[in-house]
Amino acid sequence: MATTGIKRRAFQAAFPYTIPIFAGFWFLGIAYGLYMHVSGFSFVYPMIMSAVIFGGSLEFVAVSMLLSPFAPLQTFLVAVMIQARHLFYGIAMLDRFAGLGWKRWYLIYGMCDETFSLNYSAEIPKDVDRGWFMIFVTLLNQLYWVSGATLGGLLGGFIRFNTDGLEFVLTAMFVVIFLEQWMKEQKHYTALIGMGVSVLCLVIFGPDSFLIPSMIGILLLLIGFKKPIEKAGGWS
Amino acid sequence: MTLLEQIITIGLCALGTMLTRFLPFWIFREGRPTPPLIIYLGKALPAAVFALLVVYSLRNVDLAAPSHGLPEAIAVGVTILLHFWKRQMLLSIAAGTACYMLLTQLVF
Repeated sequence: MATTGIKRRAFQAAFPYTIPIFAGFWFLGIAYGLYMHVSGFSFVYPMIMSAVIFGGSLEFVAVSMLLSPFAPLQTFLVAVMIQARHLFYGIAMLDRFAGLGWKRWYLIYGMCDETFSLNYSAEIPKDVDRGWFMIFVTLLNQLYWVSGATLGGLLGGFIRFNTDGLEFVLTAMFVVIFLEQWMKEQKHYTALIGMGVSVLCLVIFGPDSFLIPSMIGILLLLIGFKKPIEKAGGWS
Repeated sequence: MTLLEQIITIGLCALGTMLTRFLPFWIFREGRPTPPLIIYLGKALPAAVFALLVVYSLRNVDLAAPSHGLPEAIAVGVTILLHFWKRQMLLSIAAGTACYMLLTQLVF
């Protein structure tokens, strides 16, 4: 009885946070399923790929990989490069996932951009179990994505509705999470470093290859300015 | 591509993804002291990463296109203002998105 109460409370606390992700993931997931359908794949492909890869942008890239000659080494390297930003999520979540036992495995497996952002930034009420809260955020988000991708693949060319622009919901969510983090801090050195480096790298390297240079630039600046940043954050 | 080659390709995409998600937890195991630099990065990275994600989600906006990125700029502005004013997460996100949809469907 007690554990169902804990789980129910965690679910009720987690669900509202995931509503914007439901909108964004169904839109993008259905678009992804449709894209696979018109590329000539059965709905089984988007269903399985969305569940096992579970990382939006790489899944779109994977479609063109599947249509090209077999190149395993290149596939693996491209996957690691597109997904390298998850390394940062892991470092940020090291202590938050500590002591959660078996739950850690699923939390790490399902840690996409949106799930990391919510699990890191959500203000979990004191009477709600942290582990179950994060499990439900992760699970709901993955269910949204997999069901959207499968639905898109199944419906194929049948659907036509004017949802142009709905994908902006994920941008708006990242903006709001960025602002929440911004308002929590007294000094904004790290936020400004992240913004400056990313914009600069986007201009220099273009949208398809700016992630890795941005990550390196952010790391170097954060390490280079460790002393003042630690002082500003009150961590030293 | 044969079915086996397709399975391997999908598997390698999953493997590459999981490597980047699990690696920090394998290197810095529970119960062993984490190096101070990593503890520092764990605190300093998130704000920078959220900024990176904002830029990442807007990476394909083409300033040379006919709309010059105006719908995105306006919708992001509405989201920011509303969030500073009301600080209601869902409200800011919903209003910013609705604003963007209206702008792209009706104006631009």
